[in-house]
Amino acid sequence: MKKIYQRIERIDGPVVMLRAKGVAYGELARIRLNDGTDTYAQVIKLRDDQVSLQVFAGTKGVGTGDVVEFLGHQVQLAYSETNLMGRTFNGVGEPIDGRAPVADTAAVAIAGPSFNPARRIIPSKMIQTGIPMIDMFNSLVESQKLPIFSVAGEPYNPLLARIAKQAEADVIILGGMGLKYDDYLFFRDDLASARDRLIMFIHTASDPVVECMMVPDMALATAEQYATQGKRVLVLLTDMTAFSDAMKEIAVAMEQIPANRGYPGDLYSQLAARYEKAVDIEGSGSITVLAVTTMPGDDVTHPVPDNTGYITEGQFYLKGGVIDPFGSLSRLKQVVNKKTRDDHAPLMNAMIQLYDGCRKVRQQQSMGFSISSYDEHLLAYGGEFEERMMNLEVNLPLEKQLDLGWQIIAGHFQPRQVSLPENLIEKYWPATE
Amino acid sequence: MTTKAVVAGVNGNMITARFEGTVRMNAVAYVILPQKSGDPIRLKAEVIRVRNDECDMQVFEDTRGVVVGMTIEITDELLALELGPGLLSLVTDGLGNPLEQLAQRSGYFLQRGLYLPTLDREKQWAYTPVARVGDRLHAGHTLGTVPEGPFKHRIAVPFGIVGEVEVLETVPAGNYRVEREIARLRLPGGEERAVSMVQQWPVKKPIRAYVERLLPSKPLTTRVRIIDSFFPIAEGGTACIPGPFGAGKTVLQQALSRFGDADVVIVAACGERAGEVVETLREFPELIDPRTGRTLMERTIIICNTSSMPVAAREASVYTAVTVAEYYRQMGLRVLMLADSTSRWAQALREMSGRLEEIPGEEAFPAYLGSVIASFYERAGLVRLEDPYLGETTGSVTVVGTVSPAGGNFEEPVTQSTLAVVGCFLGLTYARSYAKRFPAISPLESWSKYLDSMRSELEGIYGEGWVDDVREMQNHYAEGQRIGDQMKVIGEEELTLEIFTHYLKAELFDAVFLQQNAFSDVDANPSTERVAMAFKLARRIVDQPFTFPDKDTARDVLLNLTSLFRNWNLAAEDTDDYKRFLDELEAVIEEWSGKKSLAEVTA
Ligand SMILES: Nc1ncnc2c1ncn2[C@@H]1O[C@H](COP(=O)(O)OP(=O)(O)OP(=O)(O)O)[C@@H](O)[C@H]1O
Ligand SMILES: [Mg+2]
Repeated sequence: MKKIYQRIERIDGPVVMLRAKGVAYGELARIRLNDGTDTYAQVIKLRDDQVSLQVFAGTKGVGTGDVVEFLGHQVQLAYSETNLMGRTFNGVGEPIDGRAPVADTAAVAIAGPSFNPARRIIPSKMIQTGIPMIDMFNSLVESQKLPIFSVAGEPYNPLLARIAKQAEADVIILGGMGLKYDDYLFFRDDLASARDRLIMFIHTASDPVVECMMVPDMALATAEQYATQGKRVLVLLTDMTAFSDAMKEIAVAMEQIPANRGYPGDLYSQLAARYEKAVDIEGSGSITVLAVTTMPGDDVTHPVPDNTGYITEGQFYLKGGVIDPFGSLSRLKQVVNKKTRDDHAPLMNAMIQLYDGCRKVRQQQSMGFSISSYDEHLLAYGGEFEERMMNLEVNLPLEKQLDLGWQIIAGHFQPRQVSLPENLIEKYWPATE
Repeated sequence: MTTKAVVAGVNGNMITARFEGTVRMNAVAYVILPQKSGDPIRLKAEVIRVRNDECDMQVFEDTRGVVVGMTIEITDELLALELGPGLLSLVTDGLGNPLEQLAQRSGYFLQRGLYLPTLDREKQWAYTPVARVGDRLHAGHTLGTVPEGPFKHRIAVPFGIVGEVEVLETVPAGNYRVEREIARLRLPGGEERAVSMVQQWPVKKPIRAYVERLLPSKPLTTRVRIIDSFFPIAEGGTACIPGPFGAGKTVLQQALSRFGDADVVIVAACGERAGEVVETLREFPELIDPRTGRTLMERTIIICNTSSMPVAAREASVYTAVTVAEYYRQMGLRVLMLADSTSRWAQALREMSGRLEEIPGEEAFPAYLGSVIASFYERAGLVRLEDPYLGETTGSVTVVGTVSPAGGNFEEPVTQSTLAVVGCFLGLTYARSYAKRFPAISPLESWSKYLDSMRSELEGIYGEGWVDDVREMQNHYAEGQRIGDQMKVIGEEELTLEIFTHYLKAELFDAVFLQQNAFSDVDANPSTERVAMAFKLARRIVDQPFTFPDKDTARDVLLNLTSLFRNWNLAAEDTDDYKRFLDELEAVIEEWSGKKSLAEVTA
């Protein structure tokens, strides 16, 4: 029983309104444009027989006489356990890699219900990336949700790609939102080596805004399918600020009262609904989410990074081409750092403290204050720390990162000048020549 | 009695219903969603506005699939919670559905429309009647008791009854299920009523079956040094913890939930991360509470409506939590309720207000935000209870809520409305958390009205002169900070040795006393005696006129003292380290407290 209508009464931004009966909230509709092409829309408001539809591809060219057909189901994902690998889709799940539609699929509803908190387990497995500023200083943990806070121009996409290639994960799902076409091509080519475990949902800056909003749901619903089958899934999202801006655009079109700098009042809930899909399932797989959040004007108090920070379990702060050790934090690191090597946590803290000292000396120096000989050591240490540890090019296993840390410290300080426990100093302090 | 209605509109989680007959504000309704096969799904909702023959309701579930014209049943009951034995150790969603039981039914994911009774229907409780036939009682008076966890759970005359009731029948002592009738009462109107161990209570209404409210005068010790000394919390009082993300609100509340000196702890995880609840959920059953010898879980109830769970139920969750708190207060217990985060609850109000198209106030929050927050915190309090059998007791509900201000800026509606009503303000700052000075409670901006109002009780615990000593340290610390700020501008060289030493001492006090490592078993949980001892020791260092020859020496010595002190903080009592660090501290203090006074040295 297909319901077909032919009279659109209102077109406003990405939203159209018509009168229809028996339509379900959230239902998917197909609009046949006069050039014969189809475009899809979702019911976002019902009032008596007035139905508001959000058109995924935007309302450009939609005519009041176009045929609207309600499909009787919600937005779905075409899922297949094996045939999705290496494929690329748009925000509504259509292939955009020039290949045939995916065979043998099952329809899966997106934005499904929340995971029962009573069935969650405490995350406990570290994901090694080879990047010292992550593994050693802010370990990424399976099922963690972490944003990469960054300003435009920082190499956040190359960083994501590196993590995708180096991280231990069974399935990698990349969700691109508002991507520059060049960035899409970069991901496609750079991640070619990981194709057999990679699925991409891509929205580029020139694609319709509503499709942007669907990308995280598509990516995460796919992730949920794999995770419940025992797979460790890493979801990479870039850029969540584009996603939030898309939401803002729709909210304005719907005449919602904005809460903060034009963003809708439910921005927090909307972001949380996505990020909370990160989960470690007892006896099964997991979903880990790393998401780029660009900060307009390098302002962390901007509503998008601000609400994100309240949701995620820490943040990586990409600044000046490096992961800043002060602004970055993995809130789950303490659960895994206990299990790596006994010097991990103390060494990390000592190195950060010393680097902080270096930073303060630099400040004093820049203000023209004189510095002591100890300060000179701090400066030299800081320089080496930046060169050999913070540098994003460094790729070492954790053990080697820790050994390197001792080496750097010992090159500039005496054991009693660093706040490290005696037993660790005895065990790890490199022998002096 | 239910009123029939139909769906007239759907806008997110708000449904507009057209009804025939009468409806009551805040009544529970069910939207009936037919399924292709099997029973229809019933979506629970609450009436939040009535206009002529239409009413708006917030739905506690995802509304996808609802069609205009579908049936709605509007009940005559307000949104209520089951109260009775078996609440302790429970983990429920915002509406009181037990999450473990939900998982047993529906697996990994929450299933919409699935509601289960809060209390276990099968479990038997050892009931001992205390009321006798012919007794005349009032609401809240004890009919009998059952042992629950470490205490006697009082089964009371239902709180909603107004006037005197007569006990007509009671059951003998024995093992009964919660729904079993345990007494029969004659109500003031002459009508008879059977009473079981469970009663329903509308969550948005305070339970007031007590004689009177009292002024909070006793501290609720938290083992968090900066709170117990600088900014104490009172039993029956209120406190708020605003702070930017990552400042340590949740870690601080988790510390309170573990070490706070209360009989019952209610944790309302309101719109925050599910992962944080899981920590509590998995760890508490393993942790022994030294005060009772039982696991922490046995004194804890978790009301859990995390950020991806339905927003309307988030709004209900804080009321569910405070209702449970009030229920245990009626038993003469000291209840600590923790809400993380009240901002998420306020945002739920804002979302609904937006859907209702109400005139928005600041930052689009509804104009009534302030009064809603005020009446929520008003449900805290110390009360006097009088019971014909169990005598006179007091009970308390202490409420501590976190606030998550946008951009970490306290000049926003939720923080401001909260500050206007609480007795204690523990403001977390970005600067302190960034510098890893945890807990990041600002020693300068925070305040507690209870420090003075609880003076005599505090001095009973920590010794004579305590409050004045605390005030002096606050001033000393503030002065130290002032010097530090000045130093940033003019440099260290410009300061005299004396002034510089003051600064270093304030930094020491911060590092060894105000800061505390929540992840160290020892440091996170010092006994009250140890807090008092640490304070006195730190104070001695601060007051000591050291004889330093120059600033570098001053810095070295005070850093050394800081390091020894911090190590001592981490050492458990009765260990060699504990004694060793204390001895070393003494030795260093001794070494630098030469015969000459500071004035002589600097002269
Ligand atoms: N007392 C403490 N001791 C040591 N580390 C702490 C302490 N408090 C907080 N931290 C650190 O800060 C991190 C963030 O703390 P927490 O989760 O409590 O922040 P929050 O204020 O609740 O943030 P949000 O608003 O995002 O929920 C912790 O993961 C931990 O690394
Ligand atoms: Mg928190």
